[in-house]
Order: sequence, then C-alpha cells, then structure tokens
Amino acid sequence: MPDLTWMAWTPQTALFFATIIGLLLVMTTLAVRRPELERVGALGIATTRGDRLFLSLLGTAFIHLAWLGLAGGPLWWATALSLLYAAAVFRFV
Amino acid sequence: MDKPYDNRAWLLVLPVLAIVAFSAVIPLMTVVNYSVQDTFGNNQFFWNGTGWFRELLDPSTDLGGRVFDSLWRNLAFSAIILAIEVPLGIAVALAMPRHGWKVAATLVLMAMPLLVPWNVVGTIWQVFARADIGLLGYAINRLGIDYNYVADPLDAWITIIVMDVWHWTSLVALLCYAGLKSIPDAYYQAARIDGASRWAVFRYIQLPKMRRVLIIAVLLRFMDSFMIYTEPFVVTGGGPGNSTTFLSIELVKLALGQFDLGKAAAMSIVYNLIVLAVCWVFYTVMTNLDVERRRLPADR
Repeated sequence: MPDLTWMAWTPQTALFFATIIGLLLVMTTLAVRRPELERVGALGIATTRGDRLFLSLLGTAFIHLAWLGLAGGPLWWATALSLLYAAAVFRFV
Repeated sequence: MDKPYDNRAWLLVLPVLAIVAFSAVIPLMTVVNYSVQDTFGNNQFFWNGTGWFRELLDPSTDLGGRVFDSLWRNLAFSAIILAIEVPLGIAVALAMPRHGWKVAATLVLMAMPLLVPWNVVGTIWQVFARADIGLLGYAINRLGIDYNYVADPLDAWITIIVMDVWHWTSLVALLCYAGLKSIPDAYYQAARIDGASRWAVFRYIQLPKMRRVLIIAVLLRFMDSFMIYTEPFVVTGGGPGNSTTFLSIELVKLALGQFDLGKAAAMSIVYNLIVLAVCWVFYTVMTNLDVERRRLPADR
C-alpha cells in the first residue's frame, strides 16, 4: 500500500469520493448493459445519462454551497434537496 | 456501412487516464481533502468540516469579504475587456485586407502580441506605463494629466485593461477574420444586386457567419480573463491596496502567502465550480449550434 498521508485523507472525503467512483462504475455498467440514445428534454438540448449525471453533480455542489451561504442549518436538507434535483434532472432533462 | 465495434479499444485510452489521474484528479482530490481541514504545516491536519466554506460564503467575514470583493472585481474586469475586445476585434477584422500580399503581412502583425509570453507582456507594460521612466506614463504626465498606476486605483485599472486589449484583441480579430473569409463572394454579389446597405451586409451576412467564431472568442476571452494572474501580478501586484487583486491573485495570497491551505482549497473549489458551470454553458451552446447547422445545412 503506497503512503497516502500526504493527501490528507479523512473518512468523510474518502466516502465522498467512493460515492462518486461508485456512481461512475454504475454508469459504466449501465452503458455496457443497456446502451442508450441521446434524448432532448426540458432544456431543449440532447443529453445522455452521463450529461444528466454531470448536471446533477454540478447542481448538487451549487445547492450545497447555496445552503451553506444562505440558509445555514444541517446540510442534510441540502443533500435531500439535491437528491430531488438529481431525480428531476434524470427524469425531465 | 457499419464499422466493427470493439470495446477493447478503450484500453488504448488507459495511458491518458493514468496521466490525467496523476496530474489532475489526484491533486484535485487532495484539494478537496484540504478544504475540510486546517493545518499548521508539518503535514498535520485538523478536521474543520464545512467551516471554511461557511466563512467563504459569508461576505461579513474577512475571508468571505476578500473572496467576494475579488470575485466582483474579476467579473467587472471580464465584462469590461469583453465589451471592448469583441467589438474592436470585429471592427479590426472587417478592416483587414482580403487579397494580396497585405493579407500575410497583417496576419503576422496581428499574431505578434499573441506570441509574447504573459510575464513579458506584464513587464513591458510595467515599464512602459511608469510615470518616471516609461514612455507612455511620462508622455501622459507631460500632457498635464496626473497618471500614476502605482498610486491611483483607476489608473491601475485603465493600465491593466489597455494592456489586456493590446494583448488579446488580435485573437478576437483573427477568429472573426477566419469567419469572414469563409463567406463566399456570391453572398456579397447577391447583396449588391439587392442594393443592401453596408449595415445590412454586416447585420445579415457577416455577423451571422461570425456567430460561431464569436462564441468561441467570447468563451476564450472570458475564461482567460476570469483566470488572469500573471499580467496584473507583474504590473500592479494586485495593488494599489487590493484594487486589482483578482480571484487568482487572492488565491495565491491565501495559499502561498499566508499558507492557509484549508481556506485556499475551499476557495479553489468554489472558483473551479464557477469555471466549470460557465464552461458547460458555453460548450452546450457551441455544440448545439453545430446540431442546428447539421439540420439546416443548405441555406445558412
């Protein structure tokens, strides 16, 4: 095992990256098992599942930042809001 | 005809993946790790949760104030240089010769400022605009105008903006020129037959044909100016006071000047997210212009 202490890992950030890597693995498996076609949704642009994942993650980041900056309070609410947002992106965009 | 499809081709991408992981992904992961911790050096880190982000997003704190101030400054800078460079670039492109030996001469001349390294541009202007020994600064003062970019924030802004216009307008002009060159003569002939005015030719033939290159120009100039570091750092060092401290200069002050890795990491993440969002919007607009073109290939 290489020495990774220089990267200053914490369990929380490790979990965060594990989630993202997990999402990418799921998307890869899906792409192989169930190939898809681009579709045009609410934004009027053609998107693939990967595009929708990107939009979900980017939006999630901004939702969390907005929550920290404007609302305060427990971040779990921002996470819940982000999940709703991601579901909407995957369904409608 | 269907080409054979083999997923093993992806293996050829692996070296690129390895290089990107080494040069971008792993450092970025480290930045994320830093952003939730505090350090006093010696590779010892203490958990700080979302503390830096809260501070960063609250303009009433020292960190938040600095970040928001430099963000507004940077957005104002980008807006100003875009508002000058894009119309000026179009005007220069329209005035550039289309035929003969002058084409090559103009292209070389226009490309010159783009070939000068950024720190050299900064140094040139730093000396050129000095009130005591610089040609420009001295001349302006001799004309009776009190100009000193070291002491006056407005003068510093004007200097940096003029420098950026000097450095980058030719990029916009060259891109527009490429767009103009792609217009077949038949369009101009048709316009002449219809008795179209100079403005109508520009508005309905030249501008639509330049739309794509203009979007690329705006994207490139926005990103470059939003991440500008070298030139203002060399010319003003972010001063006088903090008046020309843009986002990247503030970031370097935090990370290397004060060695506040946690704060700097949190700021880089927010900075990065803004850049990523803007890039996505521009990229989407550009690729969708392509799609439109493919759908309507004949009459555009």
